[in-house]
Amino acid sequence: MSRAGAQTLIFDNPPAIAAHISYAGPKEGQGPLSEWFDVVLADDLLGQKSWELAESEMVRRAVEQALKTAGITAESVQAMLGGDLNNQIIASSFAARTLGIPFLGLYGACSTFIQATLLGASLISGGYLDNAVCVASSHYCTAERQFRFPVELGNQRPPQASWTTTACGCSLLTANAAPGALKVVSGTLGKVIDLQIKDANHMGAAMAPAVCSTIEAHLAETGRTADDYDLIATGDLGWIGRNILMELFHHDNVGMPDEKLVDCGASIFYQEQDTHAGGSGCGCVASVSCGWLMKRIERGELHRVLIAGSGAMLSPTSCQQGETIPGISYAVCIEGGAE
Amino acid sequence: MTQGNMQPEEYSKLVSKMTPHSRHVRGCFRAFWVGGVICMLGQALNALGETLNLCETAGPMFTSTVLIFLGTTLTGLGIYDRIGKYAGCGSIVPITGFANSVAAPALEYRREGIVMGIGAKLFTLAGPVLVYGISTSIGIGVIYWAVRGWLM
Repeated sequence: MSRAGAQTLIFDNPPAIAAHISYAGPKEGQGPLSEWFDVVLADDLLGQKSWELAESEMVRRAVEQALKTAGITAESVQAMLGGDLNNQIIASSFAARTLGIPFLGLYGACSTFIQATLLGASLISGGYLDNAVCVASSHYCTAERQFRFPVELGNQRPPQASWTTTACGCSLLTANAAPGALKVVSGTLGKVIDLQIKDANHMGAAMAPAVCSTIEAHLAETGRTADDYDLIATGDLGWIGRNILMELFHHDNVGMPDEKLVDCGASIFYQEQDTHAGGSGCGCVASVSCGWLMKRIERGELHRVLIAGSGAMLSPTSCQQGETIPGISYAVCIEGGAE
Repeated sequence: MTQGNMQPEEYSKLVSKMTPHSRHVRGCFRAFWVGGVICMLGQALNALGETLNLCETAGPMFTSTVLIFLGTTLTGLGIYDRIGKYAGCGSIVPITGFANSVAAPALEYRREGIVMGIGAKLFTLAGPVLVYGISTSIGIGVIYWAVRGWLM
């Protein structure tokens, strides 16, 4: 295991992505990435009695499907790393209860999937694990009631508000790669950055400085520029947040071609779907990475992709107490197997 | 606490510049006509109460009851949130909006049980309106009581 600079880990034995599964809710299934998701749910309650159990069921199904795809059993998986937006990450831990896989619960807000991938890859590259399943989920109805208002309340959302996606992404990392498999080659830890945004509706603005900081650290520490990547994908900044990020790169004199930078939250919905600023939630970057991005690398359309998940470290309590919203961002670099 | 090259003041300016504003004129127009229709409905119910020869207290009570029933029913049917998204304050300010703000948590928190779910969460949104509405009416009542000698 080697390091580059203060924040970046270079994986000497890069773990392979043996399987990746993406789940999307009905609204996400009507978006532009519809055909890239493995499963589009027709019923976002998944036959459960509560939204929380529905989200947990989505996690369980995604993990089981990933293991089935890779042809291994839950008993032979050495760790499950995952999290969600629910208080005390119950969606993930309840799924882990059913699956019986040793569990590391994580919270990186909407960046959790990338945080899990970074940690899973580190543990495998370091020789501590032979495999690990990384998963993150979010559900519109669990997030709304926890962070905002009851779903049936007749209120208006401002243009900068984002829409929590009902989605889940799950990847199985393994030490022994099949030829041509995707690999997690490096990762960059993020610092918690706060440029004192207080508007809880404007999470893109709250997170953009953290994403900027992590991507700049990654490029500087690996000695690369944006041109060395086929695509740089950010988590869930949304349309407005992505444009703010472009301005931040411009301000810092970091070259970032407009067509290189995509945002998962801005890609998952059509603007006509009236989600305002775009999609958000742990499931957003997770499902778009496991669906759209990883499948495009497999098809050879992309070779090297940097995914920078973004999280807003707020709670309803901190917002009501008038605190500002710090952001966090973790990045992982994924490469295709074929050189 | 803050890092990166940009300072919070500069960033705040950048964010305001990049963030689109809500469309206030359109919003006001929508709120006006939807709110107006709800009020006209109330007035029509009042008139109906008069033709039914309801007394001075029963008339307004009849109007409120019907409007609350409508607001709650439309919330249950999943329609009121769409009206609210379109009309904003036009459907929040009338009594139907108050009914929506009570019915929506009742639906949302039903799964946490009848006591700690519905019971505890029913007034999470309407609670502040009740607290400050009732407090203000008591305050005004006291002022009225104090000055009514001069008013007579």
